Amino acid sequence: MTLPSPVFRAVATCVVPEAGRLASAQWDEMEAIVARAIAARPRAVQRQLALFFILLEWLPLLRYARPLSRLDPARRTRFLDRLQRAPMLLLRRGFWGVRTLILMGYYGRPAVAGEIGYRADTRGWEARR
Amino acid sequence: MSASRSYDIVIIGSGAGGGTVAQELAPLVRDGVRILVLEKGPRFADQEFTGRELEMADALYQDGGAFLTRDGTMTLGFASAYGGSTVVYTGTSLTAPQRVIRAWGVPGLQHGDLTRRSAKYAEQNNAHLLDDPLINDNNRLFVEGGRKAGYLVEQFPVNVKGCRGSSLCNLGCPNQAKQGTNRVQLPRAERAGVEVVTRAEVLRIEPDRTMTVRVSQKAAATKGAPSEWAPGDYQVRARIVVAAAGAIGTSALLLRSRLPAPRSLGHGFTCHPALILVAEHPHPITNDVGHPKSYFVDHAESERFVLETCMYFPFVTAKSLTGLGATHSAIMHAFPRLQMILILACDHAAPGNRIAVNRTGSPIVHYRFTPETIDGLVRGTRAAARIFFAAGARRVHAPADPPLLETTDADHLEERVIARHFRPGMLAVSAAHLMGGCAMGRSAADSVTDGWGQVHGIPWLRVADASLFPDSLEINPYLTIMGLADRVAEGVRRDLAIARD
Repeated sequence: MTLPSPVFRAVATCVVPEAGRLASAQWDEMEAIVARAIAARPRAVQRQLALFFILLEWLPLLRYARPLSRLDPARRTRFLDRLQRAPMLLLRRGFWGVRTLILMGYYGRPAVAGEIGYRADTRGWEARR
Repeated sequence: MSASRSYDIVIIGSGAGGGTVAQELAPLVRDGVRILVLEKGPRFADQEFTGRELEMADALYQDGGAFLTRDGTMTLGFASAYGGSTVVYTGTSLTAPQRVIRAWGVPGLQHGDLTRRSAKYAEQNNAHLLDDPLINDNNRLFVEGGRKAGYLVEQFPVNVKGCRGSSLCNLGCPNQAKQGTNRVQLPRAERAGVEVVTRAEVLRIEPDRTMTVRVSQKAAATKGAPSEWAPGDYQVRARIVVAAAGAIGTSALLLRSRLPAPRSLGHGFTCHPALILVAEHPHPITNDVGHPKSYFVDHAESERFVLETCMYFPFVTAKSLTGLGATHSAIMHAFPRLQMILILACDHAAPGNRIAVNRTGSPIVHYRFTPETIDGLVRGTRAAARIFFAAGARRVHAPADPPLLETTDADHLEERVIARHFRPGMLAVSAAHLMGGCAMGRSAADSVTDGWGQVHGIPWLRVADASLFPDSLEINPYLTIMGLADRVAEGVRRDLAIARD
């Protein structure tokens, strides 16, 4: 499946607000990580994800009369917050999957370790002395 | 046309179970017994363990660590590599509790016998208590907070040799300090003449004891050595087969094989569902350096949970936190001040929780959280929060609404941490202690194997991994797997002696 970039970025900036400050190359890096992860999943999972991205984009029409990618950030966040507590397991699970991919893309970038102060080193204690 | 090979004993899998059986049977090679170990994963060179999170997860774990249960509410972590999941565990070395073995009620399986066998491997793999100077703040705070909060905090023996404290155990030790089967039992077996073939997946076992084995090619730009055999399909025949491909791997293999296996095959799956809980301290602590898992609190019997110290990597930590947006980001940016605790729920075998296979033969794990398991997670979360606050944390991130528990919440944890916030699909539950599917027991009516791992009705087929557990073990399982595998090896030796006589 191809990652639907506008919806993905709209959700990503709600899940990780700092993603809004990423440069184009950093977005590409993040999306490449996510695309690789999706490509490694079974076909059925890929199909479910593609469907869920469509659902994510159009479900807000019912409440806000706009698709997700055209909502302002506050409404988008409120919508996603409701989705993660939805009574239907299918919706909660779908959002959890997309959220996990976004977090993988953002926090899986090597540069992020320095940004958040994660310093694990293969040399262990020796690297701290 | 596929090539044919013939052996006396074929061991499928090279983890805690397969590696142990290989070592124990290796002396038979001197007597002309041909022994083969087939491992689905590759053999990694020491320098390939880089500690980089996504790179290592992709290389070592099934589905990069994202193998999901059928309803998608839990991820299951298990490795495919020379050494199996012993490559990615933290080396915590506990023997089975007496009450658990007694409750299993497996005929012929005595707690004393199992403990004696497990202790042999604890010694062989250098399990010991780490010296105090090697304990980091993340672990020290758990001890201090736990004792202040009134819990009995115990230290894990860990099976390391020359640990440099990289904290990267779950991504494969970059310093080869962890004494898994890849470092101890398999090299010994190979030196004695046991043949180990990696990248070799057993697709099926036929009733005539022939296995269809697929050896895969090493893909370009991937880690691991090429297989010892040329890529392709093989027909491998054996007099005795020992399946030790892990709870999921072994159950799935037997399910897709055309064998007259007992009906309970695949049933009784348990896994210690786990949550990672994070707390923020006012000042930086040493957390991402040092052995990550040195202490635990065992409330399995009374409250169905075990707490363990832990320290994970940026992505795993991020996905384990609930919620999204600024609160989530603020916690992630406090990484140098984070303390972590792993909460393991002690689930029990429940109807419907089982391993099955789909039309292509791939494993599917059906798992539903029982109210008792959820209750274990809730109670464990409250206990972890008490420990965090007693250790001086200023806030705890937990499944709650809102997810941040402040110090003012410390006396109201019963109201703030409730089962409603632990609904499946709302939080990142994962499990790495995968158990059951080929349970030991009395007969084919109630189990898959006998107390020596021999499959009921198929005398040439034995199982030697955590799939043998009839129910949850309630502690970290590797030493128990090795103890059981030791019994399986003894059973194989007995069979061979009888055949010779």
